[in-house]
Amino acid sequence: MNRCRPILFWLFALLQLVSHALAEPNPNASSNASPSPKQGYDYQSADVQSLQDDVFSNPGMLWVDEGRELFDQAAGANDQSCRDCHNQLSGVAVHYPQINSRIDKLVSLTGQVQICRETHQKAAPIAYESRTALALTAYLFHLSRGEPFQPVPESLHPDLLQGRDYYHQRKGQLNLSCAQCHEQNVGQYLRGDLVSQGQSTGYPIYRLEWQALGSLHRRFRACDIGVRAEPFGLGSDAYTRLELYLRSRSQPLPISAPAVRK
Amino acid sequence: MSLKVRISLPENAATNDTVEVKTLVSHPMESGFRLDTMGEVMPRNILRTLVVTYRGEKVFETIFGPGIAANPYVAFFLRATEPGEVRFVWEDQNGEVTEIVRHLAVI
Repeated sequence: MNRCRPILFWLFALLQLVSHALAEPNPNASSNASPSPKQGYDYQSADVQSLQDDVFSNPGMLWVDEGRELFDQAAGANDQSCRDCHNQLSGVAVHYPQINSRIDKLVSLTGQVQICRETHQKAAPIAYESRTALALTAYLFHLSRGEPFQPVPESLHPDLLQGRDYYHQRKGQLNLSCAQCHEQNVGQYLRGDLVSQGQSTGYPIYRLEWQALGSLHRRFRACDIGVRAEPFGLGSDAYTRLELYLRSRSQPLPISAPAVRK
Repeated sequence: MSLKVRISLPENAATNDTVEVKTLVSHPMESGFRLDTMGEVMPRNILRTLVVTYRGEKVFETIFGPGIAANPYVAFFLRATEPGEVRFVWEDQNGEVTEIVRHLAVI
C-alpha cells in the first residue's frame, strides 16, 4: 500500500489541475505569446535560486567545463575538434532549433552536435542524452547566456505551427495539454511545486531530482509520462518542433543555461 | 579514475585571514540501493573520503556515505598562516585517488 501512495498523490494533484482547467478556461490560452514571460527560475525556492546564481557551486557548470574541454578535443576518423571548424560559437544557440540544410530538417542544437560528430568529425554517433552531447550543448548554451532567443524566421513557420499545435493538443489518460498547465494554471501548486510558464531558456538544466544535467527533451518526456501519454523519443521531430514553439514564446527572456531546478 | 573537479580558493590571503574553500566534484554517488529498469540492483559506486592538507598538516576531512547526493559539494573555512600548498585528496570505495594541489599565497 505504501508503494502506491506517491502515485495516488500525483493522481490527486493532477486531478485537481484538471478540474481547475475545466472550471476556468483562460481566454488567452490560445494566444501565441504568454503575458509577461517569466523564467522557471522565478518559481523556484530561494535556496535553489542561489545555487543557480553561484557560478562556482552551480553543479551544471561541471558539464559546461567538460563541454569546453570537449570543444577543443580532436575526435573521430578526421581527427578534428569542434574548434578546427568553428573558431568560436558564442551566440549561435539563440538561432536553434533551425533547419539543417544538408538534411533539410529542423534540428535542435543537440541534434546539430550529433550531426557534426557523425558527418564532419566522422566519430562514433553520440546519443541525445549522452554525457558528451549534454556537455557540449550546455557549453554552447552557456556561451549565449544573457541573450534572448532570436525571433523565429518565416521560413520555419510550418514547423512552428506544428509545434504550437502540439503545445495545445490534449493527450494522455489525464487528457491535458501543455497549455493547460503552463498557461492556464501558472503559479498554482502541483503537489509541492509551483507550475511555471514552461519556458525553455534555462536548458539544459541541472535538476536536483535527476542529480544530473538533463535536456529539454528529457523534460518533455517526463511531462508526457506525467499526463500518462506515450512519450516521443529524445530528439524526435515532435519535440524539436515543440522546442521551436517554446523558443518563439520566450522573448525577451535571456538564456540562463545551465539552470538549476528542484 | 579521473574526477572532474572545481575548487574555489583565493590566490592570496592576508596573514591569519580566514578564507572559504569550496569544492565540487562530478561523481554519480550511486547508493547501491536503487534498481535499474530491469529490476537489477545498481552496484554501489561512491566516494569515501575527502582529505585536505595545508602545508602538510591535515586541516579538513570528510567521510561520504551512500546517502550523499551525486556531485558532492563541500565547503569549509581555512586560516591562512603561511604561504604553502593546499592538497585535496578524494578517495573512492575502491581506493582510487584523485589529487589536486593548489598554492595559497599569504602576504
